Amino acid sequence: MADDFILEMRSITKEFPGVRALDNVAFQVRRGEIHCLVGENGAGKSTLMKILSGVYPVGTFEGEIVLNGQPQQFRSIGDSTRCGIAIIYQELAVFPELTIYENIFVGNEITDGMVIDWNETIVRAAAVMKRVGLNMDPATKVKHLSVGQRQLVEIAKALSKDVQLLILDEPTAALNEDDSENLLKLLRDLKEQGVTSIMISHKLKEVLAIADTITVLRDGKVIKSMDAREREITEQEIIRYMVGREIENIYPERKRSESKEVVFELRDWSVVDRETKRELLHKVNVKVHKGEIVGIAGLMGAGRTELAMSLFGNVPGYELTSGEMLVKGKPMRFKHPYDAIENGVAYATEDRKGKGLILIQDVKFNISIAGLKRLVRGLVVNDNEEIAVANHFKEAFDIRTPSVQTLVGTLSGGNQQKTSVVKWLYTEPDLLILDEPTRGIDVGAKFEIYTLMNQLVEQGMSIIMISSELLEVLGMSDRIYVMAEGTITGELPAEEATEEIVMAMATRTREVPVR
Amino acid sequence: MRTQKANSSAVSPAQQPPREQQSLGADVAALLKENIREYAMYIALVVIFITFTIATQGLFVSPRNLVNLVNQTGYVAVLAIGMTLILIIRHIDLSVGFVAGFTGAVGALLLMNGWNVWLVIPVVLLCGIAVGVYQGFLVTAIGVPAFVTTLAGMFIFRGLLSWVTAGTGTIIVRDRTFLQFSNGYIPDLPWGASLNFHLLTMLVGVAVVAFMVVSQVRARRSLQRYNFKTTSPVVFGAQLVFSSALILGGTWIMATYRGLPWTAVIVACVLAIYHFLLTKTRFGRHIYAIGGNPEAAELSGIKVKRVTFLVFCSMSLLAALAGILYTSRLASATPTAGLGFELDAIASSYIGGVSVSGGIGRVTNTIVGAFVIMSLTNGMNLLGVDISFQYMIKGLIFVIAVAFDILTGSRR
Repeated sequence: MADDFILEMRSITKEFPGVRALDNVAFQVRRGEIHCLVGENGAGKSTLMKILSGVYPVGTFEGEIVLNGQPQQFRSIGDSTRCGIAIIYQELAVFPELTIYENIFVGNEITDGMVIDWNETIVRAAAVMKRVGLNMDPATKVKHLSVGQRQLVEIAKALSKDVQLLILDEPTAALNEDDSENLLKLLRDLKEQGVTSIMISHKLKEVLAIADTITVLRDGKVIKSMDAREREITEQEIIRYMVGREIENIYPERKRSESKEVVFELRDWSVVDRETKRELLHKVNVKVHKGEIVGIAGLMGAGRTELAMSLFGNVPGYELTSGEMLVKGKPMRFKHPYDAIENGVAYATEDRKGKGLILIQDVKFNISIAGLKRLVRGLVVNDNEEIAVANHFKEAFDIRTPSVQTLVGTLSGGNQQKTSVVKWLYTEPDLLILDEPTRGIDVGAKFEIYTLMNQLVEQGMSIIMISSELLEVLGMSDRIYVMAEGTITGELPAEEATEEIVMAMATRTREVPVR
Repeated sequence: MRTQKANSSAVSPAQQPPREQQSLGADVAALLKENIREYAMYIALVVIFITFTIATQGLFVSPRNLVNLVNQTGYVAVLAIGMTLILIIRHIDLSVGFVAGFTGAVGALLLMNGWNVWLVIPVVLLCGIAVGVYQGFLVTAIGVPAFVTTLAGMFIFRGLLSWVTAGTGTIIVRDRTFLQFSNGYIPDLPWGASLNFHLLTMLVGVAVVAFMVVSQVRARRSLQRYNFKTTSPVVFGAQLVFSSALILGGTWIMATYRGLPWTAVIVACVLAIYHFLLTKTRFGRHIYAIGGNPEAAELSGIKVKRVTFLVFCSMSLLAALAGILYTSRLASATPTAGLGFELDAIASSYIGGVSVSGGIGRVTNTIVGAFVIMSLTNGMNLLGVDISFQYMIKGLIFVIAVAFDILTGSRR
């Protein structure tokens, strides 16, 4: 019984341009267990699950998938669904305007060949809803459901297709306490009914509370697979496997600032989503000194980008429920990024192509756009001065482009990233917020971004660096805040920070009742 | 050599040594490749001109018809300039035709009631701005998609137009000053009377050419100062000579006829203002930024909603101006005035190279696009082509222009 594997993935290797996302991964799931998959952002968890569910079809990766002893070749999600695999993503794929029963049977309608049998649909929907503990009228529109209930609808949908293997990608990330608990209880109930589950999660307490087996991925490799039924596993142990890399010395030295002048401060900053009323940030307190790099660490969904967006003019339109913001000691609230820029705050987004740069325009246009006011003489934008400014930044920060007249879309990722940071320098901010400043760029370009940051703080600018890369936060920051579930779970000076400590804080979540 | 060539086209032309050192052939080829969109438009215009000239046995290029063409193009050109801005910021305005028709009728009605023409014009333009405020408010403050807002506007203003003209039917305009806008010519200088051509028209033409040459040369010098890519002196000179000849030729034809039409003066002013606005001011930069990436624009501190609102106001203001020109041209306001103008305006913009996905476009090219569309209309009218075929041909040209843009765009 012990070695009755429902699923075996053998020597899976998946490469993306320039990155090996999965490296010879072997992954085995026993029949009827709850198997948790953990690892840092970018460790390869989601990639592995996408291979399993056919999102990456056969041929785009190396290796073998064996389900119930049979080798499988999934060409699409449809293929894996037919084999009884269902995947439930963090971003739910429900149709808000349809009813619960319509959602459960969408794409799998019960028909007599031509016409949908709605009565049968409702009866069967009610049955499967009972299994997941969703006690509602099946005719309720899904838009009236909470996130947790929507997730149950998705699970019900999977069950309606006789699922054998249920994959959940961070199912509790968007749920409140009660909903999370219900979900975990449901997974246990389903286990009793013979459904095998694979759960990706960042919340180690949950993982320890529910997992039969825990597999840790790091940098595309399976580091350790542990049987939680055999012995007691601790959070510290998992964290050690999750991190535990050699720290390479890729962080340039700089003179640390001694200034005690506070340039920016958030007090009890709480924010809720205007539509779902879910709390995104809870009483966040952050302080930034002059000439300091403050790192904000945390895992995906910890609320770091929401924090930056909510203070920088609140473009997503969150509702601020409490808190105040002090810029150089003065209480302020920015209604639009324009106000933030006027008051010396800049924010370089994590999504440089989607929200940072205007790819169809040239380098100088992108560099000047946020600080355009400085180039205006009377009514006219001074083109010559613009070129001079752009050339200055190109030289000073070594943006490798044929000329400042080149379209930004044609530059390499690293040089695009530099452009999207440099455009903020022209606004002469006192505080620069960098969101994932080195995402998707190579090591050489990273080093250059770090050098640029050092140059800036030495000139007296303050930087908040949001990053998912722990080593980067440790290597660059003077002080580190760690976020989890929309709140600050720890603050510590860089000298005292280690990967283990930070990861423990980043996974420090509510207690979960042990079974 | 071969690999080097492949490289240079893949990376960027400016990595190569300065343009001057390239062979003339390569320069022309590169120029063609980069500006294929723009040249296609000129080629289309030339083909249309040649075809209609032959088909009408020269009638098409007679001074009388060319002046006619200018007057016909006037109101479409004004609409198309406004539409270019709208399309750059990724919106659309379907209401412009009947906004023009309605505001024109308001003007005609006021004139009929004995209002002074210099009072009527600002009132009509204010009506236009009011329409823009209404539609801009819906689009930006409420968030009604522009397509819906202006489709509704199309019905509302068509209704208003027929309501205003319901009592009177067609309103005849008799005010001489008002009729000048689309039928009159600029006066000549006193000492031009003895010449057999219109002196002031010629002087204006020469001044425009001089201004163009000076500004082009200065722009080129500035590019060279920063070691940016410039075209070779030969190509640059050829371009200058070609456009100068075109302008002087056109002016000469008008000067030997009755002089420069007021419509041309009005359109040129609107064009100059909007060209300045788009290329030289912060407002223009903001428009291109919003069209290029609205989210990035917002995060760069641009007040996207405010700019969008202003662009809608400008569109309706120009629609009112177009209404004045059209009413003046017909010397009357009719219950169907404005029918189909929006198509002409949108088509002119797209033919003029405005990107379907927004962010790219120039009003100077839009004007050429307007000439393409209106030459077609004018020529087909001369040939007596049935209106049903005219609609089909215009529709096809429109959709081909956009398809061409998408095809060349995807290769870029």
